Amino acid sequence: MTENINPYLPDLATVTKVIEETPNIKSYQVVFNDPEKMKTFKYEPGQVGQLSVFGVGESTFVINSPPTRMDYLQFSVMKVGEVTSVLHELHEGDQIGVRAPLGNWFPYEDMKGKKILFIGGGIGLAPLRTLILFMLDNRADYGDITILYGSRTPPDLCYKDDLNEWEARPDVNLILTVDNEYPGWNKRTGFVPTVLNEIAPSPEGTIAITCGPPIMIKFVLQNLAKLNFKDENIITTLEARMKCGIGICGRCNIGSKYICKDGPVFSLAQLKEYRAEI
Amino acid sequence: MAETGFIQKEKLNDFIKELSKDAVVYAPCLEGDTVLFKAFDAEKTVCLDRPANNPPKLAIFPQSETLFNFTYIKDTEDPKKMSVEIKANTEFPKAIIFGSRPCDANGFLIYDRVYIDTNSPDPYYKGRREKTTIVTLCCNAPSPGCFCVAVGGGPANNEGSDVLITELEKGYFVEAVTEKGKAVLNAPQVESGASYADEAHKKQLESEKLVKNPFGKDCQPEISMSLFDSDEFWEKYLSKCLSCGACTYLCPTCYCFNITDEQMLNNGERIRSWDGCMFPHFTLEGSGHNPRPTKFKRFRNRVGHKFVYYPEKYNGVIACCGCGRCIRYCPVSVDISEVVSYLRGSQPDVSSGTKENTVTDTVKQEQK
Repeated sequence: MTENINPYLPDLATVTKVIEETPNIKSYQVVFNDPEKMKTFKYEPGQVGQLSVFGVGESTFVINSPPTRMDYLQFSVMKVGEVTSVLHELHEGDQIGVRAPLGNWFPYEDMKGKKILFIGGGIGLAPLRTLILFMLDNRADYGDITILYGSRTPPDLCYKDDLNEWEARPDVNLILTVDNEYPGWNKRTGFVPTVLNEIAPSPEGTIAITCGPPIMIKFVLQNLAKLNFKDENIITTLEARMKCGIGICGRCNIGSKYICKDGPVFSLAQLKEYRAEI
Repeated sequence: MAETGFIQKEKLNDFIKELSKDAVVYAPCLEGDTVLFKAFDAEKTVCLDRPANNPPKLAIFPQSETLFNFTYIKDTEDPKKMSVEIKANTEFPKAIIFGSRPCDANGFLIYDRVYIDTNSPDPYYKGRREKTTIVTLCCNAPSPGCFCVAVGGGPANNEGSDVLITELEKGYFVEAVTEKGKAVLNAPQVESGASYADEAHKKQLESEKLVKNPFGKDCQPEISMSLFDSDEFWEKYLSKCLSCGACTYLCPTCYCFNITDEQMLNNGERIRSWDGCMFPHFTLEGSGHNPRPTKFKRFRNRVGHKFVYYPEKYNGVIACCGCGRCIRYCPVSVDISEVVSYLRGSQPDVSSGTKENTVTDTVKQEQK
C-alpha cells in the first residue's frame, strides 16, 4: 500500500526539447524538476503518463522513450482536442505536470527468444517505439525484428530519424507503406492490414504487437487470425478517454477491466475473455 | 459509553443541533416539495417522512471539489520564464450524515472498495470518509421502486452505518453499530434506550417483510450473458431513454467523475466533478471515436458495472443498493430492476406489491 501518496498530484517537469514529427504530431522531451525524482524514476516499456497543462487539463500519452535511455521522458502528441492543441503551443523551458508511470506494460520477458512483428499506424508507432528501442538496446535477447509501419502520406510518418536508422540496420526488417501514391514515394502503398496480408509473416515463434487507429487495429487483428497467429501471441495497446488514470473515474473500462490500470497492453486472448468489442 | 439510547420526538431537532455544534451535519431537508441532503443549519427543516430525493453521497463525494490549487509564478529576472506551484488540501472537517437510509449507507461500502481498498487510495474520499459518522434511519415502510432486499440489503440493515435509528411511536430508538457511532449517543437529548429495544427490533423485523423482491421466483442468480451481449435486448428495453443521466446523479453507488481545470489570471484549480456513463460525451475521444456511441451501449455499461463487472471484481458483491431512486425519478420510467429481471431469465414480479405504485405502473395505467 502506497498510503500517503496523492495519485492526482502531478510532478512538475520542464520541456527540454520539442520535435516536429509530422504536420500534426510533436514530440516532447521532458525532465522532472526534482533531480532526485528523475534519478529514481522507474517505468516499463508500454506504460503511460498523464501530461498536464495547468489551467487546461490532462491527457494520457505513452512514454515513448525506453527505460534504457533515461536522460528524459519522451511523449508524442497529436493535435486533436483541447489539451493537445495547447500542448502544441509549448516551447522548450515550459512547465508541465506529469503523472507517471500508469498502467501495465509489454510482456517483454515472455518475448525473449521470439521473432517480433511490430505493426503500427500513424501515431500508433509511439508505444511500439518504446519497445522497439528497448529491444534494440537488448538486441541479443530477441529473434528477427520486423516493423510494418504505415501512415496516410509520407509527411505523416512519425519518428523519421528512427525510421532511417532502422532501415539502415541489418538486424531490423522495416516495411513502410502509405495509403496512396504520393510524389517522390517509391515504397509500398496500401493500408497496413492489406500490406500485412501481402507480406504474410509466419506465425511460427512470432509475437505480433500492434497499435494504431481503432479501425486499423480491428482489421490487423482479423488478418493476423487469418495468418494463423494465436490469440495469445497477438498483443495490442489500447487508448481511451481517460481522466483519473487509476481505474476509478469510469471512462476507459472494457467490462471489469480498466485500460488505464489493467491495460493499456492486452493480448487478443485477454480482450476476447473480457468480451471487448473490437 | 452507551450502546443504545432513545430520543423523544420533540427533542430530535435539538439533538441534530447538538450534533452540528462540532461537525458539519448533512441531513435530509425540505426544499419545497423535495427532500434533499444538505449541510444542516437552524434555518432548515429536517424531513424524515420519506427517503430523500438525492442520496447523501455528496457528504463524502461532493458534486464538485478541488483536487489542488496551482499558481503560475513569473520569474522577475526573465518574465518569459514561469514556474508553477501546486497545493492540495486533504484535511477535512468532522462530519455527520444524519438520516441516511440503510441503502444509502450500503452505497458507501460500494465506494470504499474502489476508493480506499486499493494500492492508490483516493485521499479526498478517504479523508472525508474517516471524518464522517453515518447515522442511519431504518425504513418503516418501503417507497415505490425500493428493492434493497433483492440486492443483499434490508430496511434495517446496519452495514455501512455507525448508528442505526428506528422510529417508534414516541421517539427514536438509537443503536451504536461502531465505536465511532457511540459518540453520538453522548448527546444530552439521548436517554436510556433499554426499555425500547424489543419494540424497535420487532418493528425492524416487520419492515423487512414489507419490502418485496422484484426479481421473480424463477429468477436466476446470474445474468444471462448472451442476453446481456445482444444489442436487440437493450434496444427493446431502452429505446425510451433520454440519456439525461438523472439515474447516475441520484444513485448512491454511481461514482464516475470528470476532472477539469479552471483558471483566473495566474491562479487556478483542478476540480473533480460528478460525471455519468449515461452521457454521450463521457467516452467521446478527441479523435471523434466513441467506444460507447449509443445509449444502448451506455446503459449496458451502467447495468453491467453494477450487476456484472463490479461483482466480478469484488467477490460477487452487487454495486446496486436497491434504493429505487433511478426508478422513481426516471422521466421515462426506465426500471433497472425490471431490466435485471429479464436479464436473469424472469418476468419481473409486478404482482408482489413493491411495484404497484411505481412510476412505471402509473404511466402504464395512464396510457390505458
